[in-house]
Amino acid sequence: MAMTIHVDIVSAEGAIHSGLAEMVYAPGAMGELGIAPRHTPLVTRLKPGEVRVDSGKGEMQHFYVSGGILEVQPHIVTVLADTAVRAHDLDEAAAEDAKRRAEEALSGQQADFEYAKAQAELAEAVAQLRAIQRARKAK
Amino acid sequence: MAGAKEIRTQIASIKNTQKITSAMEMVAAAKMRKAQNRMAATRPYAEKMRQVIGHLDQAHPEYKHSFMTEREVKRVGYIIVSSDRGLCGGLNNNLFRALVKEIKAQDDDGVKSSFCTVGSKALGFFRHFGGKVMAQITQIGDKPHIEDLIGTVKVMLDAYEAGEVDRIYVCYNRFVNTMTQEPTIEQLVPITSKEEENLSHHWDYIYEPDSKDVLDNLLSRYLEALVYQSVVENGASEQSSRMVAMKSATENADGLIDELQLVYNKARQAAITQEISEIVSGAAAV
Repeated sequence: MAMTIHVDIVSAEGAIHSGLAEMVYAPGAMGELGIAPRHTPLVTRLKPGEVRVDSGKGEMQHFYVSGGILEVQPHIVTVLADTAVRAHDLDEAAAEDAKRRAEEALSGQQADFEYAKAQAELAEAVAQLRAIQRARKAK
Repeated sequence: MAGAKEIRTQIASIKNTQKITSAMEMVAAAKMRKAQNRMAATRPYAEKMRQVIGHLDQAHPEYKHSFMTEREVKRVGYIIVSSDRGLCGGLNNNLFRALVKEIKAQDDDGVKSSFCTVGSKALGFFRHFGGKVMAQITQIGDKPHIEDLIGTVKVMLDAYEAGEVDRIYVCYNRFVNTMTQEPTIEQLVPITSKEEENLSHHWDYIYEPDSKDVLDNLLSRYLEALVYQSVVENGASEQSSRMVAMKSATENADGLIDELQLVYNKARQAAITQEISEIVSGAAAV
């Protein structure tokens, strides 16, 4: 029997896949990676793309990740998948939003309307973000 | 009979309220089950994360991220996770009471506090209480998503890296079981990970693109996952606490109705007796 490696794919909102594989392919930050059993320990960031798990017997399973972290130990591959689209400027904008919301919410009566507006804008931004995600998934 | 009529309307209004509370109880019970499932779903990620962090801790002693090093504490940050809605018993108030106690203790040691709030109840609390609220998020709903929390967490982490806060805590209601929820204050940063599992030989990972980049990414995700987990857990606590509160409200309403019914019957009987005696005395007079 061929050598196998244990693969766990998890995201913050739930476990996605767990099982044995002969080979795992993942979109690393510096290029596509193929991981065979007894690979040397490695940690890398993942780009949005496809994680493929070759479980032998000619079976290939596909999982989409929008980014995340990949950890390789000689007998375990762990994919910590993101559920959100992440980019530095997107994170920055989210932080700014959170700050502004706090300021507006605490600056009294007058800001109440502005606050509602900000919420609406935020909802729209979130919807856009989701749409991007869906579009990427559809690809 | 005037008194009897008033009592009757009172009974009717209590019955209406009872219908609402029992409906809320059932809704909360259904939501609680879902929230508990969600709570279970977040566990594998956090566990894996903890394992990887534990490995990193052993693998790479020479590069220490600022999130992993202790420093002198002058100002602490709290991320307070509360519910968006009320009618859930003493859930939020218990949390705030524990928090205020903690803040007082810190204040006595000359340590100042900053806050990030999740949920509108915490925000409302700090409107009255005062204090430096750096970021907030409300209306996260029954299905929280990690992307909703990224901004709020980042504000805190940025403050930590800039040296504005020296320690970060997360405050939430830990879900023990349906009857018990425990206000919990946990230290988030610096990370205190002590992994028992020991790897005998010295080794290190290959980092792509480089160790700093990977660690930055990994640690911020880890912390977000922890905050996300506490939000999910607080959600389950909220629903179960609401279920219990609504159950006791329904029972109280039952008791009230019984009592009022008794009073009503007495009043009715008294009115009838009085009427009869009036008729009898009227007949006797003729």
